Amino acid sequence: MPTYLEFERPIEELETQLQHMLQQKERGENIPDEEIEKIKKEIIKKRKEIYENLTPWERVLLSRHPDRPQALYYLNTMCDDWLELHGDRMGHDDPAIVGGFGLLGKKTVMFIGQQKGTNTKERQYRNFGMANPEGYRKALRLMKLAEKYGKPVVTLVDTPGAFPGMEAEERGQAEAIARNLFEMARLRVPILVIIIGEGASGGALGIGVGDRILMMENTWFSVISPESCSSILWRDWDHKKEAAEALKLTPQYLYNYKIIDDIIKEPVGGAHVDPEKAAKILRREILKHLKELEEIPIDKLLAKRLEKYRRIGVYKEGDKVISSF
Amino acid sequence: MSWFKKIKERAKQQLLPPPQKKDTPNGVWTRCPACKEMLSIIDLEQNWHVCPNCNYHFRVGSEVYFNLLFDNGKYEELFDDLESIDFLGFVDRKPYSLRIEEAKRKTGLKEAIRVATGNIGRNKMVVAAMDFDFIGGSMGSVVGEKFARAAEYALEHKIPLIAIPKSGGARMMESAFSLMQMAKTSAILTKLSEAGIPYWVILTDPTTGGVTASFAMLGDVHIAEPGALIGFAGPRVIEQTIRKKLPPGFQRSEFLLDHGLVDFIVPRHKLKDTIIRLYKFYKY
Ligand SMILES: [Zn+2]
Repeated sequence: MPTYLEFERPIEELETQLQHMLQQKERGENIPDEEIEKIKKEIIKKRKEIYENLTPWERVLLSRHPDRPQALYYLNTMCDDWLELHGDRMGHDDPAIVGGFGLLGKKTVMFIGQQKGTNTKERQYRNFGMANPEGYRKALRLMKLAEKYGKPVVTLVDTPGAFPGMEAEERGQAEAIARNLFEMARLRVPILVIIIGEGASGGALGIGVGDRILMMENTWFSVISPESCSSILWRDWDHKKEAAEALKLTPQYLYNYKIIDDIIKEPVGGAHVDPEKAAKILRREILKHLKELEEIPIDKLLAKRLEKYRRIGVYKEGDKVISSF
Repeated sequence: MSWFKKIKERAKQQLLPPPQKKDTPNGVWTRCPACKEMLSIIDLEQNWHVCPNCNYHFRVGSEVYFNLLFDNGKYEELFDDLESIDFLGFVDRKPYSLRIEEAKRKTGLKEAIRVATGNIGRNKMVVAAMDFDFIGGSMGSVVGEKFARAAEYALEHKIPLIAIPKSGGARMMESAFSLMQMAKTSAILTKLSEAGIPYWVILTDPTTGGVTASFAMLGDVHIAEPGALIGFAGPRVIEQTIRKKLPPGFQRSEFLLDHGLVDFIVPRHKLKDTIIRLYKFYKY
């Protein structure tokens, strides 16, 4: 059974009707084909209608859809070969972050991504995609390896945040993230960052600095989750919808603000409706962007990367407004 | 404790005069929150806001650090005409634009960071110091930009950069733009590394969130004031996550020293000395 979100109820109702009719027909009852076709068309229409008018909060819900494909699904589906590597070489292997070599045709890519888990057991094992410092250190180790082999890095960001736990603090969560921001700014291979689900705060940014940032259509990227923002600024948990609006966290906003470089289309209804198609689109986009990035000489690419981040911000200097968008 | 004793305790507490008013005709005394000793504000100021009785370090702003570090308290402030604007039209319980105005009025500051240059032990350096009173020392576009310019100033003049972070984290009201300041401030530091320009961090109370997870943890050397809260997640968030009370001293400077995240803990009046020594090690 597929899972329907609150705003998908009208679709669920139509789907239930359709299933009902099909069962009746199977039992030999007289159901005209036109009726079935009509309801199928209605479903498509409804889907389009709903998905073209999603509120930011609804997009946040979609990004967390329990059936939404995650990093490992994409890697297993779109790579012609995929070899996962493990460990930070400092005593730990964090299952919240996965990474390794992937082959797209004849192109080797170092993939690094967060994996939230697809069932209760896996979610616990992967700490819901909330990495500890060792996750970021594993990621950095893999990036250095990519640099050694001259292979591009593609990161698949999907996390509700870095883990706020005691051990994480003891082992230097802040330092691990800061180190990655620093090293990613100067890594001598192209880096392509793709938000495939949730892009929450420093935990996302810890594998999220690169030459280009892309977002899939039903994802978000923000300094804080709408829930935490509500709890801090409104001092309760009830303003997450307002917070989602205020944070301007959807791909279209961030594209207009020139924070991200492109939006990747998803199948109508979201990646979970047709994961294979979503993986195919993702693969195509990765290859397209990598081709463009690899044409730029590395020193120029690095200068551009630094300049990209150097510029970001909006402020007033004297009477002049300076804006990066 | 039985319920009536609790009430009695509370009643007793209410009978106590508010700390600043005791024996104070015009607020020249204050109570140390750590040892509860009454202290003369003048004495406290002369001791760089450190309790002479128990060594508790009061939270202070950029001005105190500038006076403490620069020779004869002489310095030139840089990039001080940069100000925040509410470009997203962010409204929570109040508009961001109003928060900016209120912070300016309350603190007399323009932003949560100030950059200054001057001599420290007769050597020119540049210092970027944060003010917690300005919207919780949060990092938005202006903090990121001023930090970046401070780094470029250090690069251009080939002088050390000293950061004194003090922050609750990224400024939510600038959303993705404030998140990107983490990348911006970290990225600029790669240029200092490449050029061999020293970058030292003095960690003060409190430093958490996006500031810790960027430029505050990227120093060549990390100096911490005693007892400062330094971490990624705030203690409240951690307690909510693990559903346990945190042990005393968790995320304090001494804890960070134990876990290899800072090089040493230095009392406030020795900070300048330490910087001068570091400079010698760099130079000779
Ligand atoms: Zn004291």
